[in-house]
Amino acid sequence: MTDAAVAESTHDDHDNSHDDHGLTFKNAINIAIFLAIVTGIEVLTYFWDFGDFAVPLLIILMIVKFAVVVAYFMHLRFDNWLFTALFVGGLVLAVAVYIAALTAFEFWS
Amino acid sequence: MSDVAAPENEFAYGRTDWDDYEHLPTTTGLTNEKLTMWAFLGSECLLFGALISTYLLLRNKPDDLENVGPKASELFDIPFTSVSSFVLLMSSLTMVLAVQAIAKGDNRQTRLWIGTTATFGCIFIAGQVYEFTVFYREGLGYTTNISASAFFTLTGFHGVHVSLGIVMLASLYILSARGRLTQKNAETVEIVGLYWHFVDIVWIVIFAIVYLIP
Amino acid sequence: MAIIEEEPQLLELESGEPSAPAPRDLGVLARPKSTTGWRSWIFTVDHKKIGIMYGVVAMFWFFWGGIEALLVRSQLATPNGEILSAAAYNQAFTMHGTTMVFLVVMPLAAAFANYVVPLQIGARDVAFPRLNALGLWIFVFAGIFLNLSWFTGGGADCGWFCYSPNSGLAYSSGTGVDYYALGLQIAGIASLVGAINLIVTILNMRAPGMDLRIMPIFTWMVLVTQFLLLFAIPVITVALFLLTFDRSFDANFFNVDQGADPLLWQHLFWIFGHPEVYILILPSFGIVSETLPVFSRKPLFGYSFVVFSGIGIGFMGWGVWAHHMFASGLGPVSVAAFSATTMFIAVPTGVKILNWIATMWGGKLRFTVPMMFSISLVSMFTIGGLSGVMHSVAAADTQQTDTYFIVAHFHYVLFGGALMGLFAGMYYWWPKAFGHHLGTGLGKAHFWLVLIGFNMSFGPMHILGLQGQARRTYRYDENLGLDVWNMVATIGAFIILIGMLVFAYNIFRSAKQYKNGEIPQAEADPWDGRTLEWAIPSPAPEHNFDYVPVVTELDDFWHKKYQEDENGKVVKIADGNDIAQKGDQHPHLPSPSYWPIVLAFGLPLVALGVIYNLTISALGLIVMIGAIYGWILEPPTDPDAGHDHEAHDDADDGDSDDGDDASTGSDEEEAANV
Repeated sequence: MTDAAVAESTHDDHDNSHDDHGLTFKNAINIAIFLAIVTGIEVLTYFWDFGDFAVPLLIILMIVKFAVVVAYFMHLRFDNWLFTALFVGGLVLAVAVYIAALTAFEFWS
Repeated sequence: MSDVAAPENEFAYGRTDWDDYEHLPTTTGLTNEKLTMWAFLGSECLLFGALISTYLLLRNKPDDLENVGPKASELFDIPFTSVSSFVLLMSSLTMVLAVQAIAKGDNRQTRLWIGTTATFGCIFIAGQVYEFTVFYREGLGYTTNISASAFFTLTGFHGVHVSLGIVMLASLYILSARGRLTQKNAETVEIVGLYWHFVDIVWIVIFAIVYLIP
Repeated sequence: MAIIEEEPQLLELESGEPSAPAPRDLGVLARPKSTTGWRSWIFTVDHKKIGIMYGVVAMFWFFWGGIEALLVRSQLATPNGEILSAAAYNQAFTMHGTTMVFLVVMPLAAAFANYVVPLQIGARDVAFPRLNALGLWIFVFAGIFLNLSWFTGGGADCGWFCYSPNSGLAYSSGTGVDYYALGLQIAGIASLVGAINLIVTILNMRAPGMDLRIMPIFTWMVLVTQFLLLFAIPVITVALFLLTFDRSFDANFFNVDQGADPLLWQHLFWIFGHPEVYILILPSFGIVSETLPVFSRKPLFGYSFVVFSGIGIGFMGWGVWAHHMFASGLGPVSVAAFSATTMFIAVPTGVKILNWIATMWGGKLRFTVPMMFSISLVSMFTIGGLSGVMHSVAAADTQQTDTYFIVAHFHYVLFGGALMGLFAGMYYWWPKAFGHHLGTGLGKAHFWLVLIGFNMSFGPMHILGLQGQARRTYRYDENLGLDVWNMVATIGAFIILIGMLVFAYNIFRSAKQYKNGEIPQAEADPWDGRTLEWAIPSPAPEHNFDYVPVVTELDDFWHKKYQEDENGKVVKIADGNDIAQKGDQHPHLPSPSYWPIVLAFGLPLVALGVIYNLTISALGLIVMIGAIYGWILEPPTDPDAGHDHEAHDDADDGDSDDGDDASTGSDEEEAANV
């Protein structure tokens, strides 16, 4: 099963069976399986040479895992937007400021 | 005298429909505690961002690293760290299950999953300790070179955060065992869970950026 | 949030009435009970007392930092001055800056935020009263800790920004920099804790009907400030940890031989440092945004613009930090980028200045002492802002940087801006806090002395800077043409001192006169104010409001006093003192607690241990852990406290009870007692 399909099925389970207190047991397990698979792919980059794709792939997978844990395990997707604003505000600020700082250090060359 | 509308309520700041602070809901409808935790986690992004950036800048310094010991990245045991990362990741799952359990009012299950989460956390910390011990024996101490300082500071801060999380989980476990953590305290567990998940997602970033990215 | 046991079983009493036994708690110690004396202050969780203590301690440090400034100015009064050695001079200016920024302006702003914000939003206290007390005591211990360095070999001497590698062991081998790094670390925790508390308070505890769009402007500026603190403090936390690890644990973060780049410190420091200056000024902007309308008898012009420009400053402030580093070798691309962003940030501030002027324009001005200080902020900060815009042009800044031109700029914005605003706030809210006014005559003398002294001191520094006088140098030669203005500047500094002594005298004299009955108690609404803090008696009763105020519009209190008739003319329909609440209720209040001050005390112990012996740190950690558990487990309300509603047969001494039903351990109560 491809990642996209796994993500899709997790998504579907979610839309149908979300309840107020969080995910259902089944949802949580599905998401954990998804995260495990993504981690597996990440670790695969250690064993196989992905060439120029390695770094972008790792970054994307990292972002996906981050987002999934935040959105589902931390329930941010279904909670009040104010929580999202507080957290994402700090996150975006941190990313922007530190990328700017690294740029000032000419880190990217 | 002109016709000025009298104030709606002569005792405008006297008795009103809303007398009672005791029953006043929060303006946003959200609890103070949960709002606090999310605000705190927002600020923690700035903390770990600085530590990660510092590591990124310093990880290949000094330029002639042969003279001052190995780079941290040369000593990584990716398979080992992958396992401990996986354990921490799964601890997020067990944390979610703990929150589900207490929401249902199942105190035994709550303790089961809190205990498992804390145990996974301990396994992760044990893995870190082992990993650092190996590094130290292979010549990479905290003060060996600048990349080592940066590496150990970043992972050390994270490890301290995990350890504090374990302490919080253990405290919840004990409270639950004594009958003082019940369904109406579900949000407390959820808030500890938020902290725990955050500590996990920081590791998701560290694992990718520090360990995996060449 | 205290965790208490489940509801205990109710006994079946013979009378048939339900019994309501006190909840059995996990607390080991009872809560403190004193309502008077020093104990009622050090264990208090009341935001008003905490605000007053922030202010008192900050004013103490103001005098101390002022002495440090006078030492600097005395040394520089004449060429080749011999009052201070170079080493002593470095300590004097470093500690002056550090003291004024971290131990004066920030806590003074915190004093006002703590005292005024809950009143302005109609709340009974902040979201987490014990956490509020914790922030205060951490600040108190941080200030003491920082200044212990004087007794252990000298204060920090690296400048308030303490650049590396100068801050390392190689160049600063004494303990001064250690006390600096750890002391600021401790102070940072206080700020972070306070920020979280105020953010949650402002978001969650506003009076019914008080949408963010009609929230008082001072509270708005405080909210933006707290967000800046929330996100900026972690950055300097990391920087200070790296410095401490270098100095105390042989790490290599700033060791150039090991490949370190000194700019790492500078970037981290100024990523914090620039938001920090907005943290310093925004509360004062908020204060004058309150006083100018009241004393112009006009609403704030462009309330939305003032709010949004405040938010804009908050955002944009994160994008300008490297303008402190134009001469550090960043390279042309970075310099150009930060130069541009810095120019842009003048815009929202300019918007505020225009709004304040427009507020006064056509208004019926009352030149009370707070008004005078407020107007001086507008003019003095404009001057400081103009020199700031000059710095933003990086090419010009290359000449200005590290000269007295910069010193002039930041003193105009910090003293002429932040401090004048804070003085305005003091005179404005003094009656609310202490029940009596400060003397007007002495207040005006204070104002003029300070305004004149300040301009005498820092005005000439623009000239001195452009003539080439460098910063942070302990003496200058006699043939450089710097003599006259330096002497003028020093005289100005001493005039400021006289003004501040007048202020101190005003405080003590008016307190004594009030105590003797020579001056009357202040009214609830002495200034004909616009916001809710004037709807309660002066001094504010411990419980703030008898009843939850309900608001429907901006400046709701004002609109309860003034309405427009059918011709559009503003007519007074009620007197503030008549419609203000009477303060005669006696509701539940959060109980005082031992744990905040105990927990706070652990921090300097940990820090001392880092400098001297880790055993002390271990002891500090034990104190902290014990305090945390004591805090979590203590009862939410002392069951023996007077204003309880429990049916405590013997404890009822006829306290006014309102006949309310017993309500033990309600969730809101628990939440209220954190």
